[in-house]
Amino acid sequence: MLTLKNVSSRYGAIKALTDVSLEVEKGAVATLIGANGAGKSTTLRSIMGLCQPYAGDVVFEGKRINKIPTHKIAAMGIALVPEGRAVFSNLTVLENLELGGYMQRDGKKLKRDIGHVHEVFPRLKERQAQMAGTLSGGEQQMLAIGRALMAHPRLLLLDEPSLGLAPLIVHAIFDAIDRINQEGTTVLLVEQNANLALKRSQKAYVLETGRIIMQGSSVDLANDPRVKEAYLGE
Amino acid sequence: MKRILYIFGVIGVLALLQWGLTAVLLDGPVRQGPYYYQILVLAGINIILAVSLNLTNGIAGQFSIGHAGFFAVGAYVAASVSYYGGSAIRAAVSFIPPMGQDAVVLLIALAAAALATALAGLIVGIPSLRLRGDYLAIVTLGFGEIIRVLILNIDAVGGARGFSGIPKLSNFFWVYLMAVATVVTVWNLVRSTYGRAFLAIRENEIAAQAMGIDVTRHKVLAFVIGSMFAGMAGCLFGHYTMYLHTNSFTFVKSFEIIIMIAIGGLGSIEGAVLGAVLLTVLPEAFRGFDSYRMIIYSLALILIMIYRPQGILGQKSLFGKKRRKSATIDAGPTGAKSVAAETGVAGKQ
Repeated sequence: MLTLKNVSSRYGAIKALTDVSLEVEKGAVATLIGANGAGKSTTLRSIMGLCQPYAGDVVFEGKRINKIPTHKIAAMGIALVPEGRAVFSNLTVLENLELGGYMQRDGKKLKRDIGHVHEVFPRLKERQAQMAGTLSGGEQQMLAIGRALMAHPRLLLLDEPSLGLAPLIVHAIFDAIDRINQEGTTVLLVEQNANLALKRSQKAYVLETGRIIMQGSSVDLANDPRVKEAYLGE
Repeated sequence: MKRILYIFGVIGVLALLQWGLTAVLLDGPVRQGPYYYQILVLAGINIILAVSLNLTNGIAGQFSIGHAGFFAVGAYVAASVSYYGGSAIRAAVSFIPPMGQDAVVLLIALAAAALATALAGLIVGIPSLRLRGDYLAIVTLGFGEIIRVLILNIDAVGGARGFSGIPKLSNFFWVYLMAVATVVTVWNLVRSTYGRAFLAIRENEIAAQAMGIDVTRHKVLAFVIGSMFAGMAGCLFGHYTMYLHTNSFTFVKSFEIIIMIAIGGLGSIEGAVLGAVLLTVLPEAFRGFDSYRMIIYSLALILIMIYRPQGILGQKSLFGKKRRKSATIDAGPTGAKSVAAETGVAGKQ
């Protein structure tokens, strides 16, 4: 569904990604793990067109999407849940969801989509009239994911959904991600919490200083002594 | 049909007010009547300026400090149109009475001002809106000053002597008609999909892009519409004062407009209107204190900023109607138990 072929990106003179190749299969949950500054977020940004790779190709459903502006990539069916949640703080929860459905011009369908998000995250229904900035961290993460769902993405990019959240909330969020995946959305998950990410995915890639140093099925990687030592703290 | 009725209603009421104000203030018994009339007109022009800047700065979140520059472009373009082309336009429509001819000249000048400033907005906006935050402020500030210096060196519009001999075509009626048009346009825009996109961009550009919003296009659009209304305000200003000088269009004027929207409440349309009226009337109200008036005026601003940093109206009524509606959309029962559980956990984050 999504293929990255030798993608290299940089910020100014600083190389952030070198020859990153990966593949996400339709219907799967794939994960990218790695330490701070390994290039995980940059990979997602390069897919989404928020940062232009200077070499390599990003191919989504058979189409080359590098050099296409972000908003058009969004329209093709990729949704990004940015790092740090990035909800619209000064708008209500409901308005956030409505903006997530920005591309949906049919009011009836928009309402139905909001209903679906409320089903996945009942908390968002309870809080719908509240300003998004006043939500707890977990609720904001739910809102960020719910907002992304509003666009009916075929591929969902999640940037550190567990960041700064209590373990209990993290599990609730990952259960929701499982559900979203079972409903037919392919997921590419970026995580620092390697343990959790490997448990909840089928395929994994390990990034280190902008290069993919290991890849394989999540089960294999979870049992790999090098991964265990470097990322699972065993 | 209803809309047309509204339009005629507004025109009727404003025409009636114009007639009444002329009778009472200009030709009437009130002492200093013309002075009050002028304050009213200037307040109306400031309303147009503040509401239009509010669209760019408050709603779309693109901090421009060059509004006076667009105000100047509109004023000078419109004045040139009526000064140099006025008699030709009148000759072309000589079959209608003089009052109608005035209106035609003014409307053509308004259209020219709108076109010129929209174009100026586009030229300034496209390159600078790709930049973030401070850069736009710097570019717009520079633009305002460049325009001012440019005009100062064009002899056809009076240069440093100022542009005199502009026909008096605008009055209370036209200014407030335009003010109403500005408020209605911005109001409707905010409630449209465009308005939503503007708000999303203000809140978080990356998230807005990821949702399928063409950020650059919307930023430029907000900027161009804001500039266009500032230009039309300029047209009405020049045709009211009958004389233009670049001193009215320094960056101080830009800051004045920014203060208006900050005082009223950034992002709130009602706030912008209130701020515009307040900042026009306050300095005049303190005229009795003679040279101390600017001190009192500044103190008043400082006090408002200390006690109402979000502006007098804040963002309260930005979405007045919509918020109420959305609060009732299938509002389910509040799960008190789960809320407590969440807040218990959330407290530690």
